Amino acid sequence: MSTASSGFKLSEWIFTTDHKRIGILYLIGSIAAFSLAGIMALLIRIEQAAPGPTIVSDAYTGGDQYNVWLYFHGAAMILGFLIPGLTGFAANYLLPLMIGAKDVAFPRINALSVWLFWAGIVVALLTFVVPDKPDIMWTGYPPYSITTAGNTALYVFTVHLIGFSSILASVNFLVTIIYMRAPGMGWNQLNMFVWSCFTALIIQLVFVPVLAAAVTLLLFDRYLGTHFFDPANGGDVLLYQNLFWFYSHPAVYVIFLPAMGIFYEIFATMAKNPIFNYKAAVYGGMCFIVLISGEVWVHHLYYSGMPDWLRIGQMVTTLLISIPVGLMTISLFGTLYKGSITFNIPMYYGTAALYLLLIGGLTGIPLAMTVMSVHLGETSFTHAHFHFIMGIFATFSVFAAVDFWFPKISGRMLNPAQGKLGFWLNFIGVNITFWPLFIIGVEGMPRRYWDYSQFPSHFAHYHKVATLGAFIVAIGMVLTISNWIISAIKGEKAPDNPWGSNSLEWTHTATPPGPGNFPKEVTVDADWTPYNYK
Amino acid sequence: MKRAVSALVLTGLGLPAALADAAGAKVAVPDPAASWNHLWHDVLLDLFIIGIIFLAAGLYWVWKYRATRPGQIGTAPKLDKISAIGFAVVPAFLFMADDFYLAAKGWTVWNEYRDVPRNAMEVKVTGSMWSWNFEYDNGVSTTFMVDTKEGDGLVVPVGKPVVLRMTSTDVVHSFFLPDYRVKEDMMPGRVTYLWFNPVKVGETLATCAEFCGNRHSFMWTKVKVVSQADFDTWIAKKKQGA
Ligand code: HEM
Ligand SMILES: [Cu+2]
Ligand SMILES: [Cu+2]
Repeated sequence: MSTASSGFKLSEWIFTTDHKRIGILYLIGSIAAFSLAGIMALLIRIEQAAPGPTIVSDAYTGGDQYNVWLYFHGAAMILGFLIPGLTGFAANYLLPLMIGAKDVAFPRINALSVWLFWAGIVVALLTFVVPDKPDIMWTGYPPYSITTAGNTALYVFTVHLIGFSSILASVNFLVTIIYMRAPGMGWNQLNMFVWSCFTALIIQLVFVPVLAAAVTLLLFDRYLGTHFFDPANGGDVLLYQNLFWFYSHPAVYVIFLPAMGIFYEIFATMAKNPIFNYKAAVYGGMCFIVLISGEVWVHHLYYSGMPDWLRIGQMVTTLLISIPVGLMTISLFGTLYKGSITFNIPMYYGTAALYLLLIGGLTGIPLAMTVMSVHLGETSFTHAHFHFIMGIFATFSVFAAVDFWFPKISGRMLNPAQGKLGFWLNFIGVNITFWPLFIIGVEGMPRRYWDYSQFPSHFAHYHKVATLGAFIVAIGMVLTISNWIISAIKGEKAPDNPWGSNSLEWTHTATPPGPGNFPKEVTVDADWTPYNYK
Repeated sequence: MKRAVSALVLTGLGLPAALADAAGAKVAVPDPAASWNHLWHDVLLDLFIIGIIFLAAGLYWVWKYRATRPGQIGTAPKLDKISAIGFAVVPAFLFMADDFYLAAKGWTVWNEYRDVPRNAMEVKVTGSMWSWNFEYDNGVSTTFMVDTKEGDGLVVPVGKPVVLRMTSTDVVHSFFLPDYRVKEDMMPGRVTYLWFNPVKVGETLATCAEFCGNRHSFMWTKVKVVSQADFDTWIAKKKQGA
C-alpha cells in the first residue's frame, strides 16, 4: 500500500473507503473469528475424546457448556469466517483489480458493509459475556430457540448485521462487475474468480433476505409473543426449517463458488495454462448452479416429516447438482492437463483441493439420496462430509488465497518452509480428524453429542484419534497464520509478479497497489484473457 | 377396493396376492434395513469408481506436468468448438445418467421405507425433554426416563413389522434407530411415522438425532425385540400392573 510508506494511522483504516484496505479489514475480522471458533473446536474435540464428562463440569451442566461452544463454533465459522473471508476479503481485494477498476461502485457503502460485519462479530462475541449464553446451534430451530433459557436475540442480531452487510456488498459488487470493467473487457474474458463471485453474489442477494426474515420471526415469537412457529396457536415448526434452509443451502454455494474461483486462478497461474473449457465451467457450471440452487433445500429436511413427493422431487434436483459441479470439476482438473506446474505453497493447497473436492463432493451423493440420508443424516458422517467440503476445501481456499496474493497485498514473500510445514500439518491433521468420523457415522454416531456412552466402546477410540488430528491441525494453523504476520512485517521483498501471472492485478498494478489501483487507465483488446500464456 | 382394482389390472401378479391377503395368509414383508445396506454397497461402488477416475487423472497430471525449468509455459491445445461442446455435453449426460440410476435405486428402497405393511403393529411414541413414552393399542404404555434409565423402553415381538406414529410435547426430537437404518423427526403439532422390521430377537437402541438441548446426548431408549410369547407375557404383566 502506498499508504504503508507514510506510516500507520489508525484513523486512515477506520475511515477508509479503499477496497483493498476494506478487504484487509475483512480478512482480519474473519481470521479472528476463525481462530476463536477453532479454539471452540478444540474444546469440543477434547470433550468428545472420551465418553462422560472430560472437561465439562459434570453430566448435568455439561450439555449447556458444550452447546455454547458448538453454537459459537458453527455460527462463527460460517457467518464470521467463510462468508466474510471469501465474499468479503477476497472479493473486495481482488475484484476491482481483476477487472481493471479504480475501486468498487459505491466505496462508502463498502465501508459500511465491513463495519456492519465487524459489529456482527462483536455481537457474536457477547456470547461469552452474557449470563444467558446462546445455545441454539447455528441453525436455531424453534421451538427450542424460543423456549430455551439461552439468549436467542444475540443470534438473531448477529445474523441481521452480517446479513445486512452481505446484501449491501452483493449490490455493490454486482454493479461493479457489470459497469466498471476495463474498456474492451467482455464477459468471456473475465477471471474465473470474478465469475464465481458474480454468481455467488446473485445467490446471496436473492436468499439472504429470506434468512433475515426467518430469524426475525424467531425474534417476534421469542420476545413479542407472536406464534409463527408455535403449533399450539396455529403456527408451524417446519416453517422455520424451510425458510432457514431455503437460504442456507444456497449459502453453501456462496462459499463453494468463490472457493472454486480461487483454485482456478491458482491452477491457471501455476500450470501456465488457460482454463480448460472455460465456457462450460462458467455457463454450464456456475450459472447453472444459480438456477437450481433454490430448488434443493428439502435435502436438509429428508426426515423432518415433509410430504413424500417433495422428498423424492428434491432428491432428483439435488442429485442433478452433480452436473454443474461435475463440469466445474472437470475444468479444474483439466487446467492441469499439459500444463507446466510450479509447486509452491498455494499450489500445495491447490493439489490438496483436488482430493478434498472429491471426498467432500462424493460423500454428498449418499446424503442427497433420500433413503440413504434417513440413516446418515444428523450423524458424524454428515459432519465429516460438510467439514471436508466447507471446513477443509473452502477453508483451504481462503488460506491458499492469502498465500497466493500475499506478495501483492503485503509487498513481501512468505517463508516457504514454514508455509509448507503448516500445509502438511493442516492436511494430515484434517484427514486424521475427519476419516474416523465418517466410519462411526455410518455406524450411527449422532452429531451434536458430547457424551455417547450408549454406543459401543470402540467409538471412543475413533473419537480419540479425531481429537489427536484436531491438535495437529491447530499447530498447522498457528504456523500458517504466524507466517502471514511475521512475513508481512519482515518477509523478503516481493518482485512485482512473482508467479508470472497474466492477470491484471499482477501485470498492471504496483506491488502493493496504490490508491486508484492502476497507474495508467487499463484497456484490454479482444484477444486478451487473464490466462493467455502463449 | 384398491386391491380389487389392482388385481384386475395385474391379473398375473395382483390376483394371487389379493387372494393370499383375503385368506389372511402371511405376506412377505420387506426388510428395509437389509435393502439399505445393499444399496449402500452399490452407492459406495459408484462413488469409488468416479473417485478413482478423477483422483488417478489428477494425481497423474500433477506428477507428469510438473515444470522442469523456470519460465516454462503450458502446452494445452486450444479446444475447438466441437470438442468444447463435447467435453460439456458428454460428461453432463454421464453425470445425469448416474444421477438417474442412483435416484431410481434410491426411490425403490424409499418406497419400502414408506409403505407400511398392513400387518404392522402400531405404537404411538411421544418425545419430551427428556423422556420417551410408548403407547400400545391395548392401552398399555411405558415410559423411558432419560436421566434414570428407568422403564422398559420400546418392546416389540420379533418378526412383526412395527409402525411408530410419533409426536413431541415440546421441541423437535428425532427417533433414530441406527440398527434399523431409519430416523424421522418428532415435533409438536404434527404426527410423523416410520416403520421397521425387527427380524431378530435382541436389544438395541433408539437415540435422539435432532438437537433438543441440555440432555440431547443422553436422550436414548432401549429397544427390545422379544419372542411373541415373551411379548404376550410382558403385555399381560403391564396390564395388571397398570
Ligand atoms: C479442523 C478444524 C475443525 C475441527 C476440528 C472442527 C470440529 C468440529 C466439531 C467437533 C463439531 C461438533 C460435532 C458435534 O458435536 O456433532 C463441529 C461442528 C461444526 N463445524 Fe467444525 N471443525 C473444524 C473446522 C470447521 C470449519 C472451518 C468450519 C466452517 C465451515 C466448520 C463448521 C462447522 C459447523 C457448521 C458445525 C455444526 C455446528 C452445529 O452442529 O450447529 N468447522 N466442528
Ligand atoms: Cu444443502
Ligand atoms: Cu435430542
